[in-house]
Amino acid sequence: MNTGDTFLFLSAFLASGVEFVEALTIVLAAGLARGWRSSLAGLGAATLVLAVVAAVLGPALTKIPLNGLRLVVGALLLIFGLQWLRKAILRASGYKALHDEDAIFAQELAEARGAEHVERAGVDWYGFTLAFKGVLLEGLEVVFIVLTFGSAQGSIPLAAAGAAAALLLVAGVGVAVRAPLARVPENAMKFAVGLMLTTFGVFWSVEGAGADWPGSDAAILGVLGFVGLSSFVLVRLLRRERRTQLRAAEARA
Amino acid sequence: MTLLSRFGRFWWDFVVGDDWLVAVLVVIAIGATAALATTSVAAWWLLPLAVPLVLWLSLRRAIRST
Repeated sequence: MNTGDTFLFLSAFLASGVEFVEALTIVLAAGLARGWRSSLAGLGAATLVLAVVAAVLGPALTKIPLNGLRLVVGALLLIFGLQWLRKAILRASGYKALHDEDAIFAQELAEARGAEHVERAGVDWYGFTLAFKGVLLEGLEVVFIVLTFGSAQGSIPLAAAGAAAALLLVAGVGVAVRAPLARVPENAMKFAVGLMLTTFGVFWSVEGAGADWPGSDAAILGVLGFVGLSSFVLVRLLRRERRTQLRAAEARA
Repeated sequence: MTLLSRFGRFWWDFVVGDDWLVAVLVVIAIGATAALATTSVAAWWLLPLAVPLVLWLSLRRAIRST
């Protein structure tokens, strides 16, 4: 595997892993509060919809000329990645609460337990829609990432393999512990995914815009290093600013 | 809200996210890279440099709104 392929597999694995952890939390909350039948039915229905979306979009993307595809995909990934990085930097500098899978699970569970029981098509409707919507939304991000990463790098199967490896790992651990995966370093993973999405976004946008990278695929590592260093500096700056604000607020109180 | 507007809203939220300024600046930066690529000057450096700038502007907006 060359630099681009290794980076592709790792990016798909990490990005999908984060989404699968979040989907697992919702499926578990729906299953424990409303019964496994409705939760698993929601999971199955969402998986079916996602498979159809991937089957329709996947072959369509391979028909688009590579430069045009890289320009559009690069722009989308760059916008997507910068949004992830922005949130990650706000979390790391203390301006936004850290993502807490245990707290999200407790909230989902409480809401699911409090909802009225309505039975449709033999399943508890709340449990079904909760699992369906959760898996569909998180899954759409996985489909988007796998198809865009894979098509722009010329290997959808490799990106899909990265996502499948993440699915096996998260599902396996989830079935074993039957609890939200709160010990997964999700905030760090989200930061890493933001860095990778932004890096791929920059790399492909530049190629799609008709410019050439010095060093070809190896330039990905240079872009990753630069984006990582910039983000680190921004976290340090904002953390210092946040501390000064908190001290000033304490002094006033 | 109609089904069509909800569909549009979903994709807007999914792709553009919390700050539309990021999307606008990214499109401008890519456009500038494409324009530079048509000249004899190297164009690859422009977009990486835009990343910390866009991030900084978007972070300032997020912090001001908190």
